[in-house]
Amino acid sequence: MQLDAKIPAGPLADKWPSYLRDSRLISPANRRQLTVIVVGSGLAGASAAATLAEQGYQVKNFCLQDSPRRGHSIAAQGGINGAKNYQNDGDSVFRLFQDTLKGGDFRAREANVYRLAELSGRIIDQAVAQGVPFARDYGGQLANRSFGGAQVSRTFYARGQTGQQLLLGAYGALLRQVKGGRVELYPRREMVELVVVEGQARGIITRNLLTGALERHAAQAVVLATGGYSNVYCLSTNAASSNASAIWRAHRQGAGFANPCFVQIHPTCIPVHGEHQAKLTLMSESLRNDGRVWVPLNPGDRRPPGEIPETERDYYLEHQYPAFGNLVPRDVASRSAKAQCDRGHGVGNTGRAVYLDFAEPLRRDGLATVRSKYGNLFEMYQRITGQNPLAEPMQIYPAVHYTMGGLWVDYQLMTTLPGLFALGEANFSDHGANRLGASGLMQGLADGYFILPATMGNYLAGVAAGATDPDAPEFAQAEANAAERTRRLLAIRGRRTSTDFHRELGHLLWDHCGLSRHRVGLEIARQRIPEIRAEFWQNLLVPGSGSDLNQALERAGRVADYLEFAELLVADALAREESCGCHLREEHQSGEHEPLRDDTNFAHVAVWEHRKDQAPLLHREALTFENVQPGRRDYR
Amino acid sequence: MTINLTLRIWRQPGPDAPGAFRTYQSGPLSTDLSFLEMLDLLNERLSLAGEEPVAFDHDCGEGICGTCGAVVNGRPHGPVERTTLCQLHLRHFNDGDTLIIEPFRARAFRIEKDLVVDRSALERIIQAGGYVSVNTGSAPEANTIPVPQPTAEAAMSSAECIGCGACVAACPNGAAMLFTGAKVSQLALLPQGQPERTRRALDMLRAMDGLGFGNCGNERECEAACPKSISIRNIARLNREFLRASFFSEEE
Repeated sequence: MQLDAKIPAGPLADKWPSYLRDSRLISPANRRQLTVIVVGSGLAGASAAATLAEQGYQVKNFCLQDSPRRGHSIAAQGGINGAKNYQNDGDSVFRLFQDTLKGGDFRAREANVYRLAELSGRIIDQAVAQGVPFARDYGGQLANRSFGGAQVSRTFYARGQTGQQLLLGAYGALLRQVKGGRVELYPRREMVELVVVEGQARGIITRNLLTGALERHAAQAVVLATGGYSNVYCLSTNAASSNASAIWRAHRQGAGFANPCFVQIHPTCIPVHGEHQAKLTLMSESLRNDGRVWVPLNPGDRRPPGEIPETERDYYLEHQYPAFGNLVPRDVASRSAKAQCDRGHGVGNTGRAVYLDFAEPLRRDGLATVRSKYGNLFEMYQRITGQNPLAEPMQIYPAVHYTMGGLWVDYQLMTTLPGLFALGEANFSDHGANRLGASGLMQGLADGYFILPATMGNYLAGVAAGATDPDAPEFAQAEANAAERTRRLLAIRGRRTSTDFHRELGHLLWDHCGLSRHRVGLEIARQRIPEIRAEFWQNLLVPGSGSDLNQALERAGRVADYLEFAELLVADALAREESCGCHLREEHQSGEHEPLRDDTNFAHVAVWEHRKDQAPLLHREALTFENVQPGRRDYR
Repeated sequence: MTINLTLRIWRQPGPDAPGAFRTYQSGPLSTDLSFLEMLDLLNERLSLAGEEPVAFDHDCGEGICGTCGAVVNGRPHGPVERTTLCQLHLRHFNDGDTLIIEPFRARAFRIEKDLVVDRSALERIIQAGGYVSVNTGSAPEANTIPVPQPTAEAAMSSAECIGCGACVAACPNGAAMLFTGAKVSQLALLPQGQPERTRRALDMLRAMDGLGFGNCGNERECEAACPKSISIRNIARLNREFLRASFFSEEE
């Protein structure tokens, strides 16, 4: 496996312009002869599919849901960053770049992150032109708020539904191309195999989720915008259908997998209530703009929050991190919450929660103002917990939320498999070891609207156009593999459902490869995962048949992939003998529990190559920093 | 706290197969469970007993993706106002209650299996013109288009529609006027939507009519069922937009 990031030479600010200047083009007449498959219809997938179609390519867009409008980007609440400096508070492209790189604990590529910051403003322009109803000031100009890890206000938002509004903008652009005949939509389809012909990604096999039929789709290039793998933990803030199967299938076909152990655990989620819980709910990070995090000063204090006087409360983020206070980055806030609970300061029925309190902003700004900013989040909280956050503080606890790791891509967003591209959360590219709030939407749209449409032409210009043939033996073989897998899953007829296995795997990973990790626990997980997998293939129960809508079968296929992927996740966490960003190895921290990064040995991207019947092989892409000196990530 | 419920659930193996209600006893359920977690538990039990689980659509669990939905005791998304099915919790039910659970029914929606319906007709309404035709890369600097705050807020209130289809299921006429009105309103209110305003209203309404949706009878059931509180004013605005478009359109 060759890792060539293909970063253009020259000063940071010239790299993307020079790439665009030097890239090859395809004439409009030839573009319509070329078909591109885009799997996924969240922000990255929908924006890429729409833009490629605008450029004249034929696009096939696939999604699991009944409509492309339901991609999980829709659930993003808080906002999207854009280095517009509308607030005149000292923001700039360079500062957004710097914040993002530092937020990621210097485990991302400078060139990629700079390009992201550079494109951030144009994303806002594009969304506004589409009619995305961002919040406005009284003068009619766009409003901003601040987010974790930044000392400027550069986050654009649409109430607490920024992801929804941005996605509906991209969805509208997509449907406009459907109407124009350049995009074909394939909803309720799951990609079950990637087809590689002569070393190039040339198509996919999908399962029609309504009929069970396997379908062959050929194209000149395949784009995966299938999101992250948080659901390997079973309980996460991701949607039920979010899964790792598309990127895992691609990895098995030769695409390198980068930094799988970089998993973000979001500090402000509604705490777990019970064993049968299906998912966890995120409360937007924007709440930390005004909400104050605290726990009782005395361990085991069981009084209701209202009866605990100010002097017996510990606003621990404010005094541990005075510079950033409640707005420290997510990993810092998550670990601090866990540490407080571990020391007995946790609140709620389970003792695994901390308070997020709005009493002060309510006093300062009044009910109307607070409600206008966070009203829908408060409602959601109340709907789920039955408690009113205006009357007593919210209870929050960290939960798995986002995965920075993903398919390795070069500067052009192409994986190690020629013709296979990965966008958005499905790739590893921009967030290093920790993503800052309001940067996920930015990256998905930068990839989809601006980067891929520019790099796709450069790739396709060098590819022999020739028709791809869905009757080729590679397609037949891939389809046969998929059919055999389905047959095997249905034939076991054991005694445990896939949900049951999934829950077991999730507990194992949360305990040993979650908020903090230690060699001993990781070794336990590494040993246990193959055992669970073995039992899965002997004792799985999938009711129903493979020839109609069978949601249990869909889940079983995804859990089967998690049971393979989880091993790689743990192997990567073991191999990374340092603490950086979201990855905290307990062996590598100071006496004051501050993480210790090791730039001498680990300033690299860990890229794993799949090998049949052998342990995966680790490759390293060295990270060099020419414009920002990797400093200690200090938010104090 | 735990409660026991009797569940009468619509079971239908496929679009063309006949369906019927089947009755299940829930067994003890914690009132902290969500409605869909209750169905998960039932499905786990049915699976282990060798029966086919109940098919139902759901995804985000946060009331924003619009995937989930069923009619519970005659009300789309169940008895709690402004709440999708995935956000409905059992604390709103009493021990011993019987819940009748059936799919969103409408002429324009096909039942795929059990509680799963095909709502692609809604997509075809948007496809007819529910967007601003602006190619990537051609947008002007964002703050060159000022939008008065009240206008932006009103547009946002319309734009909150999650496309779940509850309004259609609630309407005695199976109309999609609230859904269509919300998108037409969002873009008619904003300056960005003006160039296509006339054509959009005509095209979207034409698509809606052609897909088997009924017309508005002012029953206001849609507004009551909408989990996002989309106001019926959006229908009034849709009617005005249609009238306006009919006068001003240069179409023959």
